[in-house]
This record gives sequence, structure tokens and C-alpha cells, in this order.
Amino acid sequence: MSGLFPFTAIVGQEDMKLALQIAVVDPTVGGVLVFGDRGTGKSTTIRALAGLLPRMKAVIGCPYGCDPASTAGICERCSGSEHPKSQLVPVPVVDLPLGATEDRVVGALDLERALAQGVKAFEPGLLARAHRGFLYIDEVNLLEDHLVDVLLDVAASGENVVEREGLSVRHPARFVLIGSGNPEEGELRPQLLDRFGLSVEVRTPEDIATRVEVVKRRDAFERDSEAFRAGWAKDDDKLRRRVVAARNRLKNVQVPDAMLERAAQLCVKLGTDGLRGELTLTRAARAFASLEGDTVVTDKHLRRVAPSALRHRLRRNPLDDAGSGTRVERAMQEVFGA
Amino acid sequence: MNATPPIAGSPGDAAGMAAMLFCVDPTGTGVRLRAMPGPARDAWLAAVHSMFGRGAPSRRVPVNIPDGRLLGGLDLAATLASGRPVAERGVLADAHGGLVTLAMAERMAPGTAARIAAVMDSGEVAVERDGMAMAAPARFGAVALDEGLDGDEVPPAALTDRLAFHVDLSTLREQDLPVPADAAAIAAARERLPAVTVSDDIITSLCAAAVALGVDSLRAPLAALRAARAAAALAGRDAVTVEDAGIAAQLVYASRATRMPAPPETEETESEPEQSPPEQSAEPEASAQTDDNTEQRLPDADEELLVNAVKAALPADLLAQFAAGVERRVPSRTRGKAGATCNGSTRGRPAGVKRGEPRGGARLDLLETLRAAAPWQRLRGKSPGSTARISVRREDFRISRLRQRTATTTIFVVDASGSSALHRLAEAKGAVELLLAECYVRRDSVALVAFRGRHAELLLPPTRSLVRAKRCLASLVGGGGTPLADAMDAARGLADSVRRRGDTPVVVFLTDGRANVTKSGEGDRPRAEEEALLAAKAFRVESMTTLLVDTSPRPQMAGRTLAEAMGARYLPLPHADSHTLSGAVRVAVAAG
Repeated sequence: MSGLFPFTAIVGQEDMKLALQIAVVDPTVGGVLVFGDRGTGKSTTIRALAGLLPRMKAVIGCPYGCDPASTAGICERCSGSEHPKSQLVPVPVVDLPLGATEDRVVGALDLERALAQGVKAFEPGLLARAHRGFLYIDEVNLLEDHLVDVLLDVAASGENVVEREGLSVRHPARFVLIGSGNPEEGELRPQLLDRFGLSVEVRTPEDIATRVEVVKRRDAFERDSEAFRAGWAKDDDKLRRRVVAARNRLKNVQVPDAMLERAAQLCVKLGTDGLRGELTLTRAARAFASLEGDTVVTDKHLRRVAPSALRHRLRRNPLDDAGSGTRVERAMQEVFGA
Repeated sequence: MNATPPIAGSPGDAAGMAAMLFCVDPTGTGVRLRAMPGPARDAWLAAVHSMFGRGAPSRRVPVNIPDGRLLGGLDLAATLASGRPVAERGVLADAHGGLVTLAMAERMAPGTAARIAAVMDSGEVAVERDGMAMAAPARFGAVALDEGLDGDEVPPAALTDRLAFHVDLSTLREQDLPVPADAAAIAAARERLPAVTVSDDIITSLCAAAVALGVDSLRAPLAALRAARAAAALAGRDAVTVEDAGIAAQLVYASRATRMPAPPETEETESEPEQSPPEQSAEPEASAQTDDNTEQRLPDADEELLVNAVKAALPADLLAQFAAGVERRVPSRTRGKAGATCNGSTRGRPAGVKRGEPRGGARLDLLETLRAAAPWQRLRGKSPGSTARISVRREDFRISRLRQRTATTTIFVVDASGSSALHRLAEAKGAVELLLAECYVRRDSVALVAFRGRHAELLLPPTRSLVRAKRCLASLVGGGGTPLADAMDAARGLADSVRRRGDTPVVVFLTDGRANVTKSGEGDRPRAEEEALLAAKAFRVESMTTLLVDTSPRPQMAGRTLAEAMGARYLPLPHADSHTLSGAVRVAVAAG
């Protein structure tokens, strides 16, 4: 099980794969939540994302991997130097293991240096490592509440402020939050739910051919992961190029006013709280259009991403039996026509 | 076609086979061992140990293991002694290449299970704790000891889903177990294992058989595939045969099957009473034949063989249930009782640390204390005459603050009998859902006991999951007699278990109070009322918070008498809708 499963070798689960690609194309979409049955490859797919991401430029020696090209939102050290040397590094996909303690997540006093040299130094935590990349929380609904609060706060502000043991450190921490979980283990707090840009539901494939394919590929991977990855490298490369192209094209994609209006109508119809829904919907539609190679957002794009962008923002109505996905479908029928 | 199970003979042979296959491919399979502690279990475990090979580490994980021991963390003693941070490996990392036994897995908290599952998936322990980050390989074979008494007490699903074999020793004696293979044979099989090939047909049949039996998780066919390979390796073959696949299917699918293989379009509407009476499990040929008449897709012979192998291994009563069209409630889909333990009072929410001295029950936070002391060591070290490596002073002491609160579990006991109008049921459902919707905030859970006909039934074990609640509520139907005493006993049992877990139970009855079915299930009104009154008094004795909502159109004495007997708040609500109902419950909970 060493190494990553190739992203393109994942059978089916198109919604999840698309949502992740959108998050790569436009990180401002704001995170992806994957909820669904056991054994559907949630974790596998998300971890596979790391293999898909193109490398990025980062300042050498910067503990936060600052972008040498940008001037805003960089750490103190980098804002001091004029022309920092940079190198290509992989985009971080940081796994937040269950049982992580708060000091490792936000960073704390460097114990080793304090003990050995008597120096008070800050040791960056997982949030620092995830800067400019992805932070993945498996079983997000089992995460301790106080950690969830910290994560939400940092994800929203893009900055991690540490005030511990007389240390006062702030550093940039902009990352895409990716969570996965099984709804039967317990629900997610609505506050947290709303912070995710996109949410997808994954199900076990029921048709036998698909299941056979899943089992075969997984088996091949477990027996010889190197050879398996080599076999899929071409496809992964192709997808990587597509995603990179989409990212470069993104700022040229037009969102006509009519589409903004459509998005607003949809949100009003569904009664979502706040404006985050519309914002995410438009951004996701734009990213999707870019992925498709289109330069103008149309109904087609909105329709494709609307369930993911809005599903988790609906006011929960315990007396309505219809699933949230169905409610989004219904609203779309009314707004877009059949 | 010959449908005798591939593993002929007693369930003991199946248990023995599972042990051998597990030893051949420990990381790929894993065992959930359902048995009470006793000679049979000891014998099984001893067999595994003897086959596992000498020198393989074996670790036992107690149910309440803290994260520091499970995953690893800072070794405080060593850190203090050496004056630099020293990492301590956890149990899982220690067991790399060996065996992990999970004790009392049915009481394991979902969080612990998720941690173990994550390690099993990645094959390494990633630790981000106590100021240190490290990763250690941890590939091990897991045996979860499941001592659950009934279907409700099951290990967390995250764990059982990843364990290939579910072995039940509860009906076996020590002498039923076969003599284990010798370690050399296992070692030879392990060597052969990587070269064993599987044809596409076999993979397809394994997947198809899983679908036919209603096994949803994709981990099951994968586990079956690994098991089939192990079986082939054990038999000294280089390719998996149908017999190997049959063994694997029997061991992996039998405990996971949720339905009788039948064409999808008929399974819901048709009940086939003639199909397989329980005693036919010994010769399932007849039932196999009747299945085959209406087929859209042609199952190949292999799939049929596998399905039959599994069928032969299914317990007889289960077979009868399937035949009657009852879909099995899969234990692994339910949330284990352990969930509430973890979220209850045992999980005090850490509210940080504060400066203070560890007295009066306050717990010293060693790590934070050490942290507080750490930066000053250079300075303090200069004080003459000190031999201690680390000097901790009074102002360094940190104590942990824990914000504890007990969660409330509201148990609804709903009268679904004919005398309570059907719409009551709808209101109760609505109230449960409304209360559940608020549970995020309050961190409380809800359970539902319904009674009608002859018995009470626990419809919804304590849960917070709206998804799950809806699924259970949707299946609740009304009509029949009023077995009130039985319902009260069931509710009290549940309340008792909730209380023992450290949560506060609140029992809400929705009934008209007119019992007419006795505990033994007979229609006898006077005796039923007598029993109900007796059962009600037990609540008062145990001083539980109860609320009785009288749902009869014209409230009468029956309800009031019962409420008095159990010391309950009495609330006549002839026209309750779900909103007033949930409001009333909220008031009762707050007051109680």
C-alpha cells in the first residue's frame, strides 16, 4: 500500500473527482466535503490528489513555503528579503491524523531547542505545512470540537495566530480544507458544514461491472504499486495538464450577468443563508467552465455544479423527507426549466 | 450442482480455516472474533499464535487506550531524564509485522476505531502529538475480540468493515476446533502468496456474489479476493480455483449477507414462504433451484457456486428470515453503543490549561508544566548545588481544565397500537426529528422504543444521526395490541444502560395508558394493567426523569394512574402536534 493510488485510476465517483479538480483550479471555492458510505474510496481519491498537483514555486528555507512572486500575505521573514531564492516543491497535501494534538496543529514552542539550548523558538505546526496546499481531515465528524474551532478560524482568516507560552507568532495559512466522513458516525455541526465550498455524496457503485473494475484495479495496485502507477502515469499527466490549463484560463472566463442572476434565483428559491452559496456557485461554475475549455459560463455549467455547491447549505427541515440533493434538483427544474 | 459448503463439517472447521488464512495473509485480512472469554477463544488465539511464527510481535490493545499509548507521543520520563525530547512508540508501531489483539472491541469508541482503521489503511502510524511529528511503519494482523451479547453491541463499523473474517465461536467448545496447521506450512504458504494469480472470471464471480447477497461495501470483495489467494497458497496452488473462492466467499460474505440472492425486481414484493424452511440449510440445493427461474442476467456457474457456499454457511434462522422477505438489519451499519460512551461524560471537553497547583482533584498537565519550565532551564541550571536535569518550579505548574457535562439521552416510548390513532405516530416521529435537529447544539441523543402487537421493539438505539433516525422512523408502522408492560421494561433497560454509560436518560411515554397485552404476549386486559402498573413503579424506585404524554382523545384515569405510579410528569395532550410535543419534552428535560 506504499505510494499513492493514481487519481485517474479511480473508477466512477465523478462528482467527487470533479469537486476536487475544481478546488485545484480555483482554491477560493473553499474546500470540499466528501460524505458517504464506507469503502467507496473517499480517502483513496483525496490522497491521490497529491499525485495530480503540479509543483509550485516556494521560497527556499521558508517554513511556510511562501510564494516568491507575491508580496501580500507572506510571512515576516519573506517580506523582509528583496529577491528570495526559490525552488519548485510539491504542493502540500497534509493529512491531519486523528489524535493530533492542538500544539502540533497550530504550532507551539520548539521543545527540543527549549530543552537543549534554553531558546524560545516557534515550531510551526500542520497549518503552516498546509499553507498554499490542502489540509485533509479524514473522519472529520470525529474531530475534537476545539480543534474544529481552530481550523475554522484559520481557514476563514487565512492566517494562523499563535499566542502560547509567551510566544506571539502569526503566519499565513491559506489552505483548502478537505474533509471526509460517514454520516452514520454522527452529523457535522452546521457551522462547519457551511464553511466547505463544495460537498459531495458518494455511494457504493451498484452495477457489477464497475465493482469488478474497482476490485481489479485495487488488487493490481496492491500487488505491484510501481507498475500500476506507471501504467496510469500518462492519464495522470494528461489530467494534470488539463487542470493547469484550466487554472491559467480561469481569469479569462466570463460570467455573464444573466448567469449571476440565475445563481441568485436558485439560492433564493432554496432559501440558503447568506451570500456564500451564490459566491461559491459562481466560482465553481467558472472553474468548471474553465476545465471544460469554455470561456463563458452557461446554464450547463451552473447545473452541473449546483448540487455540490448548495446541497449542504439548505436549512435543515426535519419534516421534509426529500434528500437535500433532491431539493436542489427540484429548485433547478423550476429555475432553469426542465 | 453440488452445493455442499467448501469447508465441510462443523462451524469449528470454518473458524479453523479463518485462523489459517489469517495467518497466511495477516495484513490483508483480519478477524473479528465474536466469543465470550473462555477455553474456545483461548484455544483459537493460541492456534493463531502458534501458526504466526516465532518472534512476531504480539500486542494487546485495551479498550480505553489513550492516544499516547496507541499511536505514540512524548516519553516524558525519558525526556525529563535526558533533557531532550524523546519519542515513545505506540502499541501499533510496536506491533509492526505481528499481531494486534483489540480487547473488548464492542465497547471501543468510534474515535479509537477510526485511528486504528487509518493505520490499517496506510500501513504506518503518523503521529502529530505532543510537539513531535513522526511516522513509523505499522503493518499488522488485527484480531478484534468482540464480546457483545446481542446484535446491538457490535464493534464500530469502521473496524468491522476492514476485518475480512467474522468468526463466531460463541456456540463452540474447545474440542470443536480443529488442530492448527504447523507454522512451517503457514510460512510456506506466505512465501507462495505473492505469486498466486487470479483469473478475471473469479474476480467477477466474487463481486457478483457480493452483490447478490446484498453486501454493499467494496472492501468485502477485496477481502474475499485476498482470502481466496491465501486459500490457494495454503493448498499449495499457484492459481486461485473456484474452491478457493468458495472458501473465501463463505468466510467473508456469510456474516455480511443482507438478503437472499434473488432477481432485484422480485425481492421486495414477493415473499417466498415455500422457499427454504430452516432445516433445509443442510441441503440448500432445493432453494438454489427455485431461485433460478426468473433471471435477467445469466449468473455464471461460478457465482452460483459461491452464493451457494455462502448460503450453506448462513445460520438457519437467518435463512428463514431471508426467505420470508425480511431484510437483515446489518449490525455493522448501526452505530455501536460505544459511540455514546465517547461522547458522554467521559469526554470532558478540554478547555485549555491554567496556572495552578494540582490539589483538590485538579490534574497536573505534565506536558504543559514541562513546557512552561523548559525555556528557563538554562537560567535555572546555573543555580549551584542542583543535581536535577530539569528544575521545575512552583510557577510552572499547569493544571488541565476540563469542561464536563453529561449528555441527555431522550428515550421516546411510542404506543403504536391500534388504540392509539395512527396520526399519533406521525407526531411522535415529527417530535423526534425536531429534537434531533437541535441535538447538534446540545450534544444530546435520542432513542425510540415502539410497542404494538405483542412486544416492544427498540427501533432507534441512542443516536444523534438524523440520517439514521429518519431511516428507522420511516419503517415504523402502527396497529395491534398494547403491550405496555413490555415496553416499560424495555425502556427501563435502555435507560439503565444509558445511565451506566454516564449519560442522563429522560424517558418520554406517548400512550393512552390502556394496556391490554401481558408480558407473555397474551391478550388479558386486567393482568396487563396490573403488570404495567408494576413496571411503572420500577421507574419511581430508580428515580428516573419521566414524562407521560396522554395521547387519548379524552384523557382518562388510566394514564394519570400510571404517571403517578412511575413518578412521571403527566401531560394530557389530546391535540398535540410535533411542535408542542417537542416543546413539552424540552421543558421536562430542563426541569428534570
